[in-house]
Parts: sequence; C-alpha cells; structure tokens
Amino acid sequence: MHEIYEPVIGLEVHAQLSTKTKIFCACSTKFGNPPNTNVCPVCLGHPGVLPVLNKKVVEYSIKMGLAVDAKINSHSVFARKNYFYPDLPKGYQISQFELPICENGKIDITSQDGSIKSIGIKRIHMEEDAGKLIHERDNETFIDANRCGVPLIEIVTEPDLRSPKEAYDYLTNLKLILTYLDICDVNMEEGSLRCDANISIRKKGDKKLYTRTEIKNLNSFRNVEKALEFEFNRQIDLIENGEDIVQQTLLWNADLNEATPMRGKEEAHDYRYFPEPDLVPAKISNDRIDEIEKSLPELPSLKFERFIKNYSLSKYDAEILISSIELADYFEKVCKTTNEFKSASNWMISEVLKYLNEHKLDITQFPISPEHLGKLINLIKDGTISGKIGKDVFEFMFNSDEDPEKIVNEKGLLQISDLSELEVMIDSIIAKHPKDAEDYRNGNKKVIGFFVGQVMRETNGKANPQLVNKLLTEKLSRSI
Amino acid sequence: MYKNHSEKVQKIISGILDLKEHTKDLLSSIEKNSDLNAFNSISKDVVEKAASVAEKIKSGKHGKLAGMTVAVKDVISVKNEPLTCSSEILKNFKPLYDATVVEKLLEEDAIIIGKTNCDEFAMGSSNENSAFGPVLNPVNKNRVPGGSSGGSAVAVAAGLCDASLGTDTGGSIRQPAAFVGIYGLKPTYGLVSRFGLTAYASSFDSIGPFANNLDDLSAILEVISGEDKKDSTSSGKKFTRESLENLDASKLKIGYPKEFFGKGIQSEVKENFLKVIQKLKSAGIEISEVSLPHNEYSIAAYYILTTAEASSNLARYDGVRYGVRDLNSTELKEMYEQTRSIGFGKEVKRRIMLGTYVLSSGYYDAYYKKAQKVRRLIKNDFDNVFDNFDLILSPTTPTTAFKLGEKTNDPLQMYLADVYTTSANLAGIPGLNIPIGFDNDNLPIGMQLMSNQFCEDKIISFAKILENEMNLS
Ligand SMILES: [Zn+2]
Repeated sequence: MHEIYEPVIGLEVHAQLSTKTKIFCACSTKFGNPPNTNVCPVCLGHPGVLPVLNKKVVEYSIKMGLAVDAKINSHSVFARKNYFYPDLPKGYQISQFELPICENGKIDITSQDGSIKSIGIKRIHMEEDAGKLIHERDNETFIDANRCGVPLIEIVTEPDLRSPKEAYDYLTNLKLILTYLDICDVNMEEGSLRCDANISIRKKGDKKLYTRTEIKNLNSFRNVEKALEFEFNRQIDLIENGEDIVQQTLLWNADLNEATPMRGKEEAHDYRYFPEPDLVPAKISNDRIDEIEKSLPELPSLKFERFIKNYSLSKYDAEILISSIELADYFEKVCKTTNEFKSASNWMISEVLKYLNEHKLDITQFPISPEHLGKLINLIKDGTISGKIGKDVFEFMFNSDEDPEKIVNEKGLLQISDLSELEVMIDSIIAKHPKDAEDYRNGNKKVIGFFVGQVMRETNGKANPQLVNKLLTEKLSRSI
Repeated sequence: MYKNHSEKVQKIISGILDLKEHTKDLLSSIEKNSDLNAFNSISKDVVEKAASVAEKIKSGKHGKLAGMTVAVKDVISVKNEPLTCSSEILKNFKPLYDATVVEKLLEEDAIIIGKTNCDEFAMGSSNENSAFGPVLNPVNKNRVPGGSSGGSAVAVAAGLCDASLGTDTGGSIRQPAAFVGIYGLKPTYGLVSRFGLTAYASSFDSIGPFANNLDDLSAILEVISGEDKKDSTSSGKKFTRESLENLDASKLKIGYPKEFFGKGIQSEVKENFLKVIQKLKSAGIEISEVSLPHNEYSIAAYYILTTAEASSNLARYDGVRYGVRDLNSTELKEMYEQTRSIGFGKEVKRRIMLGTYVLSSGYYDAYYKKAQKVRRLIKNDFDNVFDNFDLILSPTTPTTAFKLGEKTNDPLQMYLADVYTTSANLAGIPGLNIPIGFDNDNLPIGMQLMSNQFCEDKIISFAKILENEMNLS
C-alpha cells in the first residue's frame, strides 16, 4: 500500500557560525563557559543598546552561499521576528525575512540509482541564536544567556527531497560543505547544527499534497531519517484510514522512536516581522563577493570528481577520502611520494583510519608523515620488504616517525630474495619434516602452507613470499 | 548671572563665580522647585564633581563644556543612575553603561545634574503620562510643559540647570521648548548617536539639546554629534561651530508651508508667526510660501510606524531579567501579562496595542507598508522644497501650552499637538524651536526652523540672526 505514496520533504537547518564573537556584540561565542559569563548589555537586551553587525558573519554567510551556487543579494535586510519567550531577551529575534543574504542555490546528492540529484536551496539567512533555559528541581527555571546572539545561518531547502534517505544524504553533504568552509563546528550534540523537517505526502504521480507537518527536536542525522520515516508512515496510515492530517508541529522523541504533537499554544505565532530599524541593510559589492569566492577551498563535490579521475579511485574510496579536507590533503601528499594511488588509498582507509578511530584522533594528529607513508608503500611495491613486514614498519613509525627505509635497514627487515640462501633453508626444513613432505606428494597440497610458515618463522617473515612458494612447490614435488 | 556658558567659564576663571557653591545653590533651587516635578532623580556626587571640574578649569586643562550643568532626560542611560523612563516597570532599574552622548558630555567636563521627568517611554505630548506625575509649566503652573521631554525643557526654563538633553520622536523636544519658551533642537537622524537611548521608535528617535541661548545649544551639539561605532544608523557626520562662521545666513532662502495654517491653529500663534515673516521680508530676507502636500498624512503615518516599532522595542520589559516583575503569578504567560499590565501606563499600552495590530499578518500591507510609502512621499515633499530653499519656517505647535488635564481623555486631540513636528521625524531632517513671543495669556509661542539633512549650521546661523537682530526672544 505504502508504495503508492511518496513523501515531499523540506529541511531547515540552523548552523551556528564559528566566529569568535557574537553577531551583534563583542561577547565570546565559546561553548561550555559557565552560564551567563559570555554576556553584555547588548546581548542581554538592556534598555538603549544597539546591535552592530559582525562582518565575519556576513563573510561566512556569503561563503556558504557561494558554495551552494546561490545568488548573493547585494542588498540584504535584517528583520525582527517578534515573540515572547524567556530565552529571548529583547522579545524579538533579529533575523532576515524579505531579502535574505542568499537565495536560489543547490546541493547535489546521489540518488539510489546512482544519478546526481540537485536539492534546491531556497534561501540562506543570517540571524541570532536565543539563550538556553535550564529547568531544575520542581518549578525552577534558569536562563543561560551565553548563547544569546551567537550567529546562525538558516539554510532552507525547496521541498525537493523524496525520501528520508535523501534527507540524510542531503544533510551529510551539507555538513561536509560547512566543514570544508570551516564556518561551523557541525556538532549536533552541542547544538551547533540543528535541523527541522517539513513533510507532506502525495500519491505518486499526483500534484496534490496532503496537509504538511513539521518535526522538531531532531538531534542527529539518523534521527532526522527515522523521524521522517515515522511521520511518512503515520501520514499514510491516517489517509488510508480516511482520517485527516492535522497541520501541526511534532517533537521527535528519540528514546521512544516516535513524534508527538507540540502543545497548540506554543506554535500559534504571528511573528509580526518588520525591517530592523536599528541596522542598515548589509550592502555587498561584487568585488567583495569575488574576493570571498577566491578564498573558497576546493569544494567536496569537485574534490570527489577529481579524486576519481586523477587517482583512479572507486566512488567508495573517494567518498571516504574527501570526508575531511585534512584527510584528503594527507592522501594527496602521500600520492606525491608514491604513484601507487590505489595502494595509498587502501592504506589510508584500512590502516590509517583504523589507527585514528582506535586512538580517537583526527588526521592532523596522526604521527606518521605522508611522505613516510608514501615511501613505505614504495618499499613494498619494489619488493624491498614484504607487505607483512610493511605493517610492522608502519607500527614502528607510530612511535617514531622515521624514514621507513632507515627502519628497514636498522632492524634488518630487508626481504630475503637471495635464491641460494632460501634454497639451503628450504632443503633443511623439508629434510626435518619428511612426513609432511610425503603428505604433499600424496596429493595433500595444503601442506605447503605449513612449510611457508616454517620458512617465515625462520626468516622472521622477511622471506619473499612469492619466491618461497615457487621454491617449495618445485622442491616438494621433486625430493624423495 | 551669566548669559551663556563661555561667560560662566570666564566668571569661574576670574573667581567671580564659585562653581561648587553655584552648583549647591542649583541643587537647593531644584529642591525649592520640586513642585514642578522636573526631575526624577539627582545624580550622586554632583557637588564633588563640580569641585573637581572647578579645579580643572583653574588648571586650564578643561573640556569644552566644563562646568556646564546638564540635565538628562530619563530615557537616556547614565551609568549607575536610575533609568526609569518614567515608568513603573523600570522604577528600580540602574544601567551598567553610559549612553554615548553622556560619555561625550562627561569627556568635555559637563556636570550631569540629574535625570528629568518625561512622558513614559517618551510617549506623549504633555508630560502627563509619567508614572511619577505630570511636570508643571514654570510659565504657568496650570499648564502642561509639553512632552515628552517636559522635564528637560522645564529644568532649563526654570533655571534649574544650564542646558539639558531631550529626545524627539515626533516633536518631543521642539514642542515642549515652544511651550516653555526656550530653544530646543531635534538634530538630523543619524547625527547624534542613539546608543544608550531607550528606544521608543528607533527610526524616528533623535537626541537633542535644550538651552536658553544658541551658543550653548551649538556647543552641546558639537560635542554630542559625530560617528559612533556602537550605532549602525550613525551617519558619521559631525556638527562643528566652525561651520557657522563661513555662513552668510542673510542670503539663505526661506520657505513657509501653506498647509500649516489651516483649521486648529490658534489665532495668536498664526499672527505672531506672520509678524515674523513680515519682519524678515522687510529685513530683505528672501522668503516665500512653499507646499508640503502630504503633510496632512504625517500624523497618521507617524502613529502607525512609531507604534509598530514601539510594540517591538518595548517587548523586552517582560519582568524576566530586570525591572519590575509581578510575583503573584504562577505561570509564565500570566507573569508576562501581569507584569506588563501593572508596569505600563495607559498611553504606552495603547501604543503597544496599536503597533501590534498594524504589524499583524493580514494588516501589515494595509498599514505598515502603506505608512512607509507615505513616509517616502513626505520625504519627497521636503526634498522638492529643499531643491530651491534652504530653510522651512513654520509654527512649532498649533497652540500654546494647554491646560493640565485638558486633553488627557482625548488621545486624538493630544496627537494633533504634534501636527507640525512629526513630519521632520518622518523625513529624518532637523528642526529647531525658536521662541518668538507670547499669546494673550502670556504663554510662549514657538517657531520652527527646518532644513535639509545635516544642515544644522544653516538653521543655527539663521536663528542667530533672529536672536541678535530681530530681537525676537
Ligand atoms: Zn554581548
């Protein structure tokens, strides 16, 4: 039954900008300071104070706009959004309504069939964050105003998303862009990235949408996906049972995996937007836009394409390697030392990332320099050491990031490819294990593994495995 | 005792005037005249401050306003002094910082003598909307002093300070200046920083000086004007007294709007005004009738736009963080309602409701947007006149000071007291009240001089001609 419906989803993401100071005053934006220490008369809304726009906020917003191919408005207006709540000192939030800073952008995602789909970005606007209420004991509520005036951009999509999975993918790409631009800490737990979702359903092929609902309190991308799945099914069930969908705001409960309606009173708002008279419109020249455009890093989607093309990587590998600028940079530095791109990618994905996960580090804290990793890959490739020894050398390098060649020499790890040396050793091993040799000749070819193990033990793993295999096969078949 | 501040300083230097003793006398004079109700509070350590400024003057290292006693309207922030806005809701509030204008006055060694009574949150035209009672007009104590900066005007008129600061959103400096017979200037919007001025209507509010002479008025304007990084709407422009020197005010072209003499104008106000016009003409000043066709819509546009801004500006007084809170409420919404019901006076509530209404969805376009268009038309009217004229001369008010209680039950009549003054705020241009005579009840009559934006120098230069040569005041 559900297959005949499709969801129509739009997302509103609030991203806290990682400027040092607040949007309209000089207070710090640092997270985790004691309550009400990052405050001043301006962000506390005392009588007579006036906002002064932080220019960094404009710059960061333009960066985001450019990164999603949006139009940057040369003349952008702040507006007051009026409502009463104790976490909102002025009784209004300074936001943007008509003429936001950016309009009409897009973020690409990969659809299930592998094709690229563009999700429209309707608008990006600047605004200030509200404070935080801390409810304690029975009836006591405290206000922490540290967050009041922390800069936000709200990124609003067109209703272009057609499945909870697409919503998840969109958010993943959005987060990656924010990370690349280095304008947001993208930490959902600390609230630096927040998401609200709008969803309605329709019968596939129909234009007509049923009533829309909004879901809030989504504290992870997975929860966004889950909540949308929940709400998609709930709406279908209502329609199938002949009931009406009520236009409302729902709160997602991650513990119970369900969305429950917000109390009616809290959502019935007329925000009475009007232009903020205390601020002049933000005027942005084309020169300024060009200047900011030049400062943009290579964006994730372009890097992804380039990695696939230049390094002949799979989409899977490329996606992992571009998941942060630093990781991608590291990879590219490795590839300056070695031409074994596929092998470099394997090392990054299996060994390097494993190490980082185990030690809870990021790539900037990784002890091995990319040049040394590249050299190590070359040593394996040219047969100087075996792959197995390579892993040992890799481990040595964690502790002291030395030149792998030096480690190989000092520790005597050079691969033994000397034919005569290996022949003598193999002859003696076969002589010591006549029964196993006979097993082999009687057809139990698996025994060769045992002999390889013996050789490796004797050589501390330094024997060239291909050579050992070849010699063993020859000698075991011959000797009586 | 002294005709202006320069003379005061001279007398202090020559030892004829003891600033400390003089300031003490001033304080007792304020005390004696407490029935005028001009002050909400007197600054701490005024006498000590006077003594230290006197020392500075002796040493020759003093600021431009050294020893000038200045009263400040109680909607402007003076650090650690009460900032009540003449409202119950802020009666216990003390600000943590100085307004930029106050900072500038103090830098030039002015003595902030106290905070003056006004209409609650500067909303009113008679000073009867104060939570601390009305201010009386010193010329006739049965009359209102005008509003909203009534206390500031009265403090100067009654000789309780040398000068004062008021605020003008729709006439709140010029109208009380006219009612008590002194000079009062509303500067160009953006010439004087608003930082520290408790907002009533942010795109209209201007801080300006009251004085009984033009020298003091321009001295204060020079000090308080100029760029302020804390105010985004600050223009960066500054008024200097130097600019007055190079100006031949007798060559300025003057217009007077024909629309200002319709019904509602008191005959003596009109007669006195026309007399001035005659005098100017015979003195060879080029003066003729001009038209401001959209002026009739100014009061309507003014009350839509200012109340809209006010409804938002006053949302912060909710009892949550500072000010008075109703402690009997048990729920958030109830606390908001009770606090604001108890804390705000009638006129403030009326304007908050009006403003909330005009911004509501479904009404925004019909009221707020339309009023913005009217505002633009009114600005265009002025632009057209100023293409050919330097100054516009008009009565400041349609009548002289009315009786206490006369209009309190008729808000619309009260609003019409500002019929000649609101348009300057809508257009963001400056306006100065000049006392030009008295009516049959001996009540002062005022005349208003307006110019294009940032042409305060023209206004003041021309006013000087009137002051010196026409013998008007
Ligand atoms: Zn602050």
